[in-house]
Amino acid sequence: MATQIVSGKTAITATINGETRDWLCEPRQTLLEVLRDTLGLTGSKEGCSNGNCGACNVIMDGRLVNTCCVLAVEADETEITTVEGLATPDGLSTLQANFIEGAGLQCGFCTPGFLVSTKALLDKNPNPTDEEIRWWLAGNLCRCTGYDKILSAIKKTIAETNAS
Amino acid sequence: MRAIQYAAPRSLSDAVAILQERGSKARILAGGTDLIVQVGENVRDVDTLVDGKRIPELMKLSFDPVTGLTLGAAVPCYRVYEHPEIQSHYSGLVDSASIIGGTGIQGRASVGGNLCNSGPAGDTIPTLIAYSATARIVGANGERTVPVEDFCTAPGRNILQPDELLVSIHFPVPPAHFGAAYLRFIPRNEMDIAVVGVGASLALDDAGTIVSARVALAAVAPKPLYVPEVGYFLEGAIPSTEVFAEAGDIARSLVTPISDMRGTAAHRKHLTGVLVRRTLQRAFERARA
Amino acid sequence: MTTETKYRVIGTRPLRPDGVDKVTGRAIYGADVVLPRMAHGKVLRSPHPHARIISIDTSAAEKVKGVLAVISGRDMPDVTGSVAGGEGGDINMRYASNNVMAHGKALYEGHAVAAVVATSPHIASEALKLITVEYEVLPPVIDVRKAMEANAPILLDDLRTDSGGVKSESASNIAAHLVAEEGDVEKGFAAAAVVVEHEFTFQTVHQGYIEPHACTAEWRSDGQITVWCSTQGSFAVRQQVAAILKHPISQVKVVPTEIGGGFGGKIPVYLEPVAAMLSHKAQRPVRMVMDRTEVLMATGPTPGAYIKVKMGADADGKITAAQGYLAYEAGAYPDSFIGAGMLCLFAPYKLTNVKIDGFDVVVNKPSSTAYRAPGAPIAAFACETVLDEIAEKLGMDSLAIRELNSAVEGDWRAFAPPFTRIGALECVQAAIASDHWNTPLVKEGADGKKRGRGAARGYWGNWDGVSSAIGRLNPDGTVSLLEGSTDIGGSRASIAMMFAEAFGVEYAQVHPSVVDTDTVDYNDVTGGSRTTFGTGYAVYKLAKKMQGEIVEKLAEIWEVAADAITIDGSCYSSNGHSATITQLAKLFEEHGVHINASITAKGNNTSGAFATHIVDVEVDAETGKVEILRYTAVQDAGTAIHPSYVEGQMQGGVAQGIGWALNEGYFYDANCKLKNATLLDYRMPTALDIPPIETIIVEVPQPTHPYGVRGVGEVPIVPPTAAIANAIYDAVGVRLHALPMSPSNVWEALESK
Repeated sequence: MATQIVSGKTAITATINGETRDWLCEPRQTLLEVLRDTLGLTGSKEGCSNGNCGACNVIMDGRLVNTCCVLAVEADETEITTVEGLATPDGLSTLQANFIEGAGLQCGFCTPGFLVSTKALLDKNPNPTDEEIRWWLAGNLCRCTGYDKILSAIKKTIAETNAS
Repeated sequence: MRAIQYAAPRSLSDAVAILQERGSKARILAGGTDLIVQVGENVRDVDTLVDGKRIPELMKLSFDPVTGLTLGAAVPCYRVYEHPEIQSHYSGLVDSASIIGGTGIQGRASVGGNLCNSGPAGDTIPTLIAYSATARIVGANGERTVPVEDFCTAPGRNILQPDELLVSIHFPVPPAHFGAAYLRFIPRNEMDIAVVGVGASLALDDAGTIVSARVALAAVAPKPLYVPEVGYFLEGAIPSTEVFAEAGDIARSLVTPISDMRGTAAHRKHLTGVLVRRTLQRAFERARA
Repeated sequence: MTTETKYRVIGTRPLRPDGVDKVTGRAIYGADVVLPRMAHGKVLRSPHPHARIISIDTSAAEKVKGVLAVISGRDMPDVTGSVAGGEGGDINMRYASNNVMAHGKALYEGHAVAAVVATSPHIASEALKLITVEYEVLPPVIDVRKAMEANAPILLDDLRTDSGGVKSESASNIAAHLVAEEGDVEKGFAAAAVVVEHEFTFQTVHQGYIEPHACTAEWRSDGQITVWCSTQGSFAVRQQVAAILKHPISQVKVVPTEIGGGFGGKIPVYLEPVAAMLSHKAQRPVRMVMDRTEVLMATGPTPGAYIKVKMGADADGKITAAQGYLAYEAGAYPDSFIGAGMLCLFAPYKLTNVKIDGFDVVVNKPSSTAYRAPGAPIAAFACETVLDEIAEKLGMDSLAIRELNSAVEGDWRAFAPPFTRIGALECVQAAIASDHWNTPLVKEGADGKKRGRGAARGYWGNWDGVSSAIGRLNPDGTVSLLEGSTDIGGSRASIAMMFAEAFGVEYAQVHPSVVDTDTVDYNDVTGGSRTTFGTGYAVYKLAKKMQGEIVEKLAEIWEVAADAITIDGSCYSSNGHSATITQLAKLFEEHGVHINASITAKGNNTSGAFATHIVDVEVDAETGKVEILRYTAVQDAGTAIHPSYVEGQMQGGVAQGIGWALNEGYFYDANCKLKNATLLDYRMPTALDIPPIETIIVEVPQPTHPYGVRGVGEVPIVPPTAAIANAIYDAVGVRLHALPMSPSNVWEALESK
């Protein structure tokens, strides 16, 4: 049999926020656990452990995923963007700035997931309708804002991006 | 999570060899959105995850105007609903693939995984049955092809032997004047498990008479339920709201759902009738289009 | 509506100081704390809702490689007494201790019975499976009315019913029977033209903060305990940890992290004393993080309840009498916020004949705790739907009857002095004048769906409590403002704004931070809608104190009399001298003078906040599903310090209310086991379930606050459930008397119409 069956720790390499990162992990460790506890990227949050809150969302090879439902070993050779990769050396992205300015966050715990999910949406569809935004974000739970000011912050970002 | 082992074979034969060696505690990992959670919660007794996503056959998605659609078992939902030929020829499949979990889940979850998870409420399975889809299975003793309605056997269980895996799902080319749809009822507007789900397809002749119909139901039986009686009733009928309502009544009379945290038995039974009617109506609109 | 330009800073919308950290992932929450040599703790929980613990064998778990220690109830000290818990009153420490680690009996499914600390969370979880607990399974009781029956299984052998200070002879599940009475209800009902009475039932509901409970504790060999945790009150954690561990409070330091939502649920401790005890045994820092199932099974939900309400009105619609019977499920230990429910039940209305009976009842569910206006939303559901029916029977407009009967200053309320100046009537009037109320509703939706409109009111009292703060004038003219109040939704900004207003500086010159219990003086919890009021009051006094110090020091430097110095905003002048704060800061540095002040203050908040909500719904009568089409929330904020954050509180409260109204609720099977302890099946609203929420801020200043602040956080969750019920009635003609108004419940009600 040609395929190796991994039981202990395995070396994994991925590009995270543009940087090559290597780590050792067991097969049972989720990508979320490795991001947070091994790589120190605690911006991704654990809210439900089963893909129902979106607080751990990252973009992996161009697609939005819930990292609580991804094994870290599966991330080998992938390209990942986490919330820590959204700002540029010049400062916050327009979306991040609008979340602050438009009170799109209260406690801030779900915010990384919302920002990453929204980035994944706007990368794919720069002009989504309200209904498309709400559908895309249905997997991100916020318990503080009632979503209203999150939607406003996203819509303002779209308008500003179109204007520039 | 308990300690597990992981393998990422690059061929079907390697995958089968691992399954054969590891026995019933090995399981194919596709999107993992059910399986990883189930292993984490100790719901499935699994010690080896065999990643199917590096096996070309499991990631294949192709449409041929003569032979139909081949959907690899590990192809994630977003590739299904973003696929132009699926959008134009298999819109019922788009219905199902775009309501499984949130968009993050759809980045990984696969139709094949939904079928192999074999949940009574699996949102793709009634649709697959409505499309007369077949499951291509490969194992140590070779290959077999099974109609999807014969695949699931009980909650979380199916006909796969320990050394077998689902390679792909095959959809025939839809005939002329054909339409299919999937509707589910959930308490919220997304992110829920179906209280009742209905997959339905209709084929009409040039005069508009129904020549064939298939209806399957989710969440009203221990497994996704094909109800051929509804199809027999519809064959030869002229489509109308009344006919579809009567089809709904027949479907309702055939089910004996349970009460649980997602809905009561009485409500589920009632919804079966409502949703069969509504799904047939939508399938009809597509068939007519 | 916002205030006139009476203020420079108040009423503007500056950026929050923690914003950048929260959008970049840098903010540190409960589970993000990392310490050298940190180990990981996990809790073993009872599978039974009611069982006596016969024995616990931890020997196999202790032998697992990587396991550092295992504890159970026998490792926790026996404690008595109580500590201040916040708006709900004192916390009984024996019950609190038993709740964090069962002693003798498990009282709900998910009750902690043992805990493991290991070098990895996976090892700790695996070791839990090797702990053998022998239980004597006891019959559970999870329904409040069954728990009140004479032959019900008794949860707490020592619990006696307290009726106005008189204790019952024998053990009971009824912890307390409270009565609030005014006038003569029999006389009032006799004078009524219409009397409506209904019974209501309510399921247990959870706060649903997205951040699960998490903490890290280190118990050093010198006896110093440090706890890093996500909490609504670092001082409450300090008190509880010290009391549960019988440890000197001076040796407990609590470092609050950022908090990922609380809504009242992060006032009690769950993990903190356990983590500290595990740290003591393992001699390493210990981190503990709950998963979502643990959060739903073992942390404080809001009570399920049985309520009966009877109201009467004369032919003109004037309420002649109101009577309520409220029985709330406290969960495993007493205190269900029954008193708050009784206070809020009829509070929006002017009543002369009223009687309310309240019962606090223990049942085999997790120990309930505060959830945003605890006790009030279900009480309002009963009152507001009954009043709606009275209006209908009298042919009155539903907001007109609410305007006619509105409570005003001087009116009676339960358990508290008569109302001071309140904005109750103003809210109803603003609702009547709103665009929403004046836009006709098309009653037919697509595909035969039916539409309806409903309105309801709500009240929540405001708590004042104690707050402290420290201010330091920096040499560059900015002020470091240290607070002890947890900031859940932007209060650092609002507090800094009030300080800036009072101190005469710009908002940008104030740098607020929330600091640990060793750094700032005592603060009550962030709860009871008190922080903007109470901590705002404290920093107002702090600013005045610092101005006094500046004047005093300046008088020496300028060699003038202190009372000859005048202050105009940030400018201090006297006899030809004139300087801004920024110039003074430099001057003080040159003279080696430092301006520091600290304050501990308790405001006096005697009124509270009112809200009136309007909602349009669409009902699919075939399925029973309800869609929210439009929502308007009107609320008296006193003075809106940061209007965006006031609106945010209103919208957030409404969203939680919509969830409560339509789908949220604990689902128990026939064996009293909780079946929906995940975010898949505990259905909180998604972005697709909530429409845009319009807000109308009314400002009737609170007379006892320097800036007229009222607490705004809680009252917006009070009206939604009733407003939606009234709208459903308007749409399809059925009145629902239970929550949630889930599709199956609405469909069943329509079937039996």
